[in-house]
Amino acid sequence: MSSQVRKRLEIFFFVAPALVLFALFVVVPVIQAGRYSVYRWNGLGPIDNFVGLQNYADALRDQVFTGAVMNNLTIIVLSILIQLPLGLLIALLLNREMKGRTALRVIIFVPYVLAEVVAGVIWLMLLQPRGPVDAIFDALGLGGLKQLWLGDPDIALYTVMFVLTWKYLGLAVILFLAGLQGVPPDLYEAAQIDGASWWQVQRKITIPLLGPTIRTWGFLSMIGSLQLFDMVWILTGGGPANSTMTMATYLINQGTNRSLYGYSSAVAVLVFVISLVLAAIYQGFVLRRDAQDTPRTKKVKR
Amino acid sequence: MSAPTSVAVPGKAARLEGRDRRRRSSNSFKGGSPLVYGAALLVVIATLGPVVYAVLGGFRSNAQLAAAPVSLPDPWVFTNYVNVLTSSDFWRYAFNSIVVALVTTGIVVVFGVMAAYPLARYRFKGRNTLFMVFVLGLLFPLTVAIIPLFLMLRDLNLTNTFWGVALPQAAFALPMTIVILRPFLMALPQELEEAAMLDGASRIGFFWRILLPLSGPAMVTVGVLAFVASWNAYLLPLLILSDPAARTLPLGVASFSSEHAQDTAGILAFTSLAMIPALVFFLAMQKRIVNGLQGAVKG
Repeated sequence: MSSQVRKRLEIFFFVAPALVLFALFVVVPVIQAGRYSVYRWNGLGPIDNFVGLQNYADALRDQVFTGAVMNNLTIIVLSILIQLPLGLLIALLLNREMKGRTALRVIIFVPYVLAEVVAGVIWLMLLQPRGPVDAIFDALGLGGLKQLWLGDPDIALYTVMFVLTWKYLGLAVILFLAGLQGVPPDLYEAAQIDGASWWQVQRKITIPLLGPTIRTWGFLSMIGSLQLFDMVWILTGGGPANSTMTMATYLINQGTNRSLYGYSSAVAVLVFVISLVLAAIYQGFVLRRDAQDTPRTKKVKR
Repeated sequence: MSAPTSVAVPGKAARLEGRDRRRRSSNSFKGGSPLVYGAALLVVIATLGPVVYAVLGGFRSNAQLAAAPVSLPDPWVFTNYVNVLTSSDFWRYAFNSIVVALVTTGIVVVFGVMAAYPLARYRFKGRNTLFMVFVLGLLFPLTVAIIPLFLMLRDLNLTNTFWGVALPQAAFALPMTIVILRPFLMALPQELEEAAMLDGASRIGFFWRILLPLSGPAMVTVGVLAFVASWNAYLLPLLILSDPAARTLPLGVASFSSEHAQDTAGILAFTSLAMIPALVFFLAMQKRIVNGLQGAVKG
């Protein structure tokens, strides 16, 4: 056996299991989604009712779906607007020498490690009418501000947003802390010698140097928001009156609950296209700066 | 080997050298002011409050919870926790979760390191194309494929089986695993391989005797990430495991909370017990999880 053939066999031996698994459970279903999307099909019997792009047109005309897309966009924007300043603040706080810093770093990360379902059920209990959250409002003399947190269509999305912030702030903090470790200490020393205050150092040195980390976190946050399912499914199921419906909950609703497999596959393709477009826009306008600023362009691909 | 270098990629090690110096220098911005401690306390309360509330709420009765939603148990009630711990359901869910997570992790780590090895250390035509195939997988979230996946697993008679959840989970975790492992394997010095070859080892021998032992930390990191993701997974099990006997813990928590909607204390006890394994695992593996996530972003 020649060494070339042997090498090929080795490569095959090592890569084949992963490749087969990947092809079978990732590639094939994704292609199938594209195929089902042009048929009207309830999962039983032959797939022969070809409807062209009708499913796509129906989805784009359905106000529940377009509302879900808007909800996803709202969640993306609010997540970044809320978690970025808050996460930066906490990360800068935890980056200082203080007692119990190690413990704090662990604690801030606890909500992130919990399953979304577990976190969701706990908050469901906290937010129920006459529950602990209402009791705290009463105790603070703010009883007049009480709401049907998850039952009022005008409020529910923001309540979900609040719970998501609680759950995912820890990830932002941990990533920002990692970024802070990469800030060269000489810069601090130089700035201090020049008489810069703590806040000046953060604003002029730390935060700009954290740029690549922040932009990468923003990307992760966006992708997560686009796929949001578990938390919404547990807290509201997309209601009340579809006010918290996300693209993923809509897809599952149409697919498994109503057995509209062709239609929900078209929705899946739309979700993918929307995600891809947003990712490309983000890549083009935000992450591109990393490619110019630093030689570490590799990061951009994540 | 210090933990932070576990998923280090070339070029990153150099930056880590400055760590000790930095420790000292950041001393000069001491943050011990009362304001800082006050803010830290606020963060801790907001973060842990709901978790502590759930655990303590499990020790109260529904009457106590209704009379004073925020209060300590008085008297302490143990029946909620006892009921959960003596129900066969809870243990079955926990067992199912463990099996699914272990199978998923095992497949991801073994297949992942196998695939990453030639992608990192063999020179062959199409190597980058092959790598890109896996990288492109990062673009496809489970949500996009879930409906055809559900139908396919139904046709394969894999619904309500561990494999039906573990195999797709492993497949979707592979891209990230390979993306993390490949640079790590690439960073192992070429001299090591040459020395092994001189001593008569084949490439497979090198893989077994040298590469695998050396990449332990990286494999633990990807393994822990896969385990946690599987342990917390909800969407795929929701569709695949419709039989109550096959439910994993997240499904169990969700169904318990909807089936016993009036029993707040019971739900809190059930949920608290369900989160303990994740919390213990997190505390034990904290460094790995954090480094894995940070490495995935920084790498």
